Amino acid sequence: MNTTTEHATEHDHADAHDHAMTDAKYIRIALILAAITALEVSTYYVDFGPLFLPSLLIMMVIKFVMVVSYFMHLKFDSKVFSLMFYTGLGLAVSVYAVALATFKFFIS
Amino acid sequence: MADVAVAHDQHAAHHTSSGLSNVKLAMWLFLGSECLLFGGLISTYMLYRGRVNEGPRPGQIFDIPFTSVSSFVLLMSSLTMVLAVSAAQRKDDRNMNLWLTATALLGATFVGGQVYEFTAFYREGLGFTTSLFSSSFYTLTGFHGVHVTIGVIMLMSLVGINKRSKIHGDRAEVVEMVGLYWHFVDVVWIVIFTLVYLIPT
Repeated sequence: MNTTTEHATEHDHADAHDHAMTDAKYIRIALILAAITALEVSTYYVDFGPLFLPSLLIMMVIKFVMVVSYFMHLKFDSKVFSLMFYTGLGLAVSVYAVALATFKFFIS
Repeated sequence: MADVAVAHDQHAAHHTSSGLSNVKLAMWLFLGSECLLFGGLISTYMLYRGRVNEGPRPGQIFDIPFTSVSSFVLLMSSLTMVLAVSAAQRKDDRNMNLWLTATALLGATFVGGQVYEFTAFYREGLGFTTSLFSSSFYTLTGFHGVHVTIGVIMLMSLVGINKRSKIHGDRAEVVEMVGLYWHFVDVVWIVIFTLVYLIPT
């Protein structure tokens, strides 16, 4: 292994293991996720008016990013893993958004 | 001497041309491709959810309080999974097995809830071929349920193999890979819960 790769490996190890995520922090994140879920469910009972759809979508994205970043450690891991995942996700969102637009989904 | 062997095992997986674990790289690539699978299923459901010629409509049949509890159970299973990974990294076998078992039980509870939900829907007249809505709904949530079931099998297998001390190589990495799969199943449900259940037709 050359020196550059060794440095990259050491750096990745440091990133992966020294991000100071403790069990207490994981529990705190789970509590935040539970609170957001409760807020999401409340939209079924309380009339949020024009904020209904955007607020639900924003909460969904926040929960998604929190699980991927903290529970899946993507925030602390190598950027290559982020590239792999977010490329797939971005491709899926763009391809299916175009497909749905073709069927006039957003107009209806 | 044993410590040296363990340290060697942990670093062996990273002796690659990229300096990254190939197993982890493959898992993230797989999860990226899974986004395309579920993206297709979710899009199909979004297109067909209003296409109901006969049988109940989405708003008439969904039991939001019940599904909310199921969602909460799956969300909490992500916490127990990350605690299992954390215990594995500390080489705390006892807690690792405990949290893995807890995750499997929560996952099994979610699948049990889904089976109950499907049975209730079927009794109310929503069969697989009743309408385009029912076909796309059962396909999407069924695919997700199968993923959770596979996850539960992986978790229980991991506990069994670990108890026999048959995990070769970096044990923490093996648990982490199962954890990545499990969390992905959870994030897919986060999307399904909002788009399918909470946003009306």
